[in-house]
Amino acid sequence: MTSTLPSQPVLEIKNLDVRFTTPEGEVQAVSDLSLSVGKGECLGIVGESGSGKSQTFMTALGLMAENGVARGEVMFNGVNLLKAGERKLTSIRGNKIAMIFQDPMTSLTPHMRIGRQLTEVLARHRGLDASAARDSAIAMLRRVQISEPERRFVMYPHELSGGLRQRVMIAMALLCGPEVIVADEPTTALDVTVQAQILDLIREVKETLHTAVVLITHDLGVVAGLADRVAVMYAGRIVEQGSVRDIFYHPNHPYTCGLLACTPYLDQAKTGKLTTIPGQPPDLQNLPPGCAFSPRCRESQECCRTERPVLSLATHAGSKACFLSGPR
Amino acid sequence: MTSANLTSRHSAALESAGGVEGRSLWQDSWRRLRRNRAAATSLVILGFIAIISVVGPYAVPWDYDEIDWDHIEALPPTFELGHYLGTDYIGRDLLARTLVGGRVSLTVGILATSVALLIGVSVGAVAGFLGGRVDQILMRFVDLMYSVPLTFFVIILMVLFGRNFILMFLAIGCVEWLTMSRIVRGQTLSLRNKEFIEAARASGGTTAGIIWRHIVPNVLGVVIVYVTLTIPQVILLESFLSFLGLGVQEPLTSWGMLINEGAAEMEITPRTLLVPAVFMTVTLFCFNFLGDGIRDALDPKDR
Repeated sequence: MTSTLPSQPVLEIKNLDVRFTTPEGEVQAVSDLSLSVGKGECLGIVGESGSGKSQTFMTALGLMAENGVARGEVMFNGVNLLKAGERKLTSIRGNKIAMIFQDPMTSLTPHMRIGRQLTEVLARHRGLDASAARDSAIAMLRRVQISEPERRFVMYPHELSGGLRQRVMIAMALLCGPEVIVADEPTTALDVTVQAQILDLIREVKETLHTAVVLITHDLGVVAGLADRVAVMYAGRIVEQGSVRDIFYHPNHPYTCGLLACTPYLDQAKTGKLTTIPGQPPDLQNLPPGCAFSPRCRESQECCRTERPVLSLATHAGSKACFLSGPR
Repeated sequence: MTSANLTSRHSAALESAGGVEGRSLWQDSWRRLRRNRAAATSLVILGFIAIISVVGPYAVPWDYDEIDWDHIEALPPTFELGHYLGTDYIGRDLLARTLVGGRVSLTVGILATSVALLIGVSVGAVAGFLGGRVDQILMRFVDLMYSVPLTFFVIILMVLFGRNFILMFLAIGCVEWLTMSRIVRGQTLSLRNKEFIEAARASGGTTAGIIWRHIVPNVLGVVIVYVTLTIPQVILLESFLSFLGLGVQEPLTSWGMLINEGAAEMEITPRTLLVPAVFMTVTLFCFNFLGDGIRDALDPKDR
């Protein structure tokens, strides 16, 4: 855990800008975002709803809504995914880069047997025939610790529990041996005990297969348990980035501190109130000229409201976008 | 690990519950449909009518176009001569004609509906899924077609291409797909943003593959209900065309034509009107009940 920068980035996002044109005006979902994730590394992306964390990776995979415009670069194996054609993207999605979605209850097509949904992916990307696809799909179901995979194979999604379905989703993501897995809030829809199992599974996969994992979440607990590095996003920008240890123990950005302070603890004094960050996330249609967090920041100064801080070296090895210096 | 433990326990519970083979939403619906008495009865009656329409004409003693030269008049039902339901005004066996008429009416109903289904589902799913300009163009075309009086359109086709059996169901199908495409488009729009579609795209599905394998099967429930309502509509449209003299060619007949002929003589021999009318009414009733039943069976709120 000494190196905070990945030795060899698998997926690298450079200066990504994502805008959406809506009838009400232009929405700046992601601004000037750069990050990378290396082989066998887990990058946690943390932020509130609407901070652009999912949008960044949907855009990277070319799954942006039609009214969106993306600029910048998303490099994967020397290919700029933003410039790649639909055919190229289709051959990468689910094959080299796989996604795990938030809600396993709705992410599986309801009328299709689990087996067919799995083998479809294999047939598409690997061109396997039915029996080979079946064998490897069942092996993968066993790999994600689904007992009696042969029996589950012929079941329909509604016959499985949430945890099992998420395992199926993970199995589907792993089928083609992807280089990157983007897990978009993989545990949000699950109950706590199942969450832990799923996180164990993702960690185990990451460690044995050396897959790069991008973990998108707003649950700091999940990040602490799984991620090697963390990027904190606010209003479409990275406000702080660093190793998980640094972010948790020496946060530099007031927003990161705010997020950490919001985490409820069991041994917290029972004051009856949970800590929150006062105020609302900014309107992405008209972002303030200065630091987007400044209206809610307790330590904001004059310059915060007029000038935007750029990512600069933090006291830890990572970076932060704040005029204030030193750990909070 | 504990997780492995948990899953194995979970599956052990499932095992003892006896749920071995997966049961699809369709199988569930089918079970519910069978329990719905009206729908199940309708299904049986429809099956019965379909079978006698197909097999019946071979079994009755007279052919549908065979004139009983000894009795060129509307005979009352008689068993000695084999006219179980009597004859029409030129001495043709009414039962044979009704059965053949049923064959034609049901064929037109089913084939025309299939044409409507094929066009309607493809157009609706493509328009709904692709959205944007494609959607605009296709749906404005549908609007345009809506504004053309349907019967007028069918009549023009008939006049242009002559009275052709195949043309008739094509023509009817071509006007009946409009509503189908709107229904399918609406369903597709609501499905398009569902997570499993996004997941299918994220796992590398192509547009055509997603429409075909993930959208179409999911709209099928609504479509089937609409189909059961379209078939009687088509049968009625066909009888209307036959009534106007644009239907099938004599001596071939359909329920609509038989009713037309019977209506002309209903004061003298109401039987010639009643027999085909009863067959047709029962069929339409059954289709409507079946449609209702299927809708109830597929209704997820019932679950």
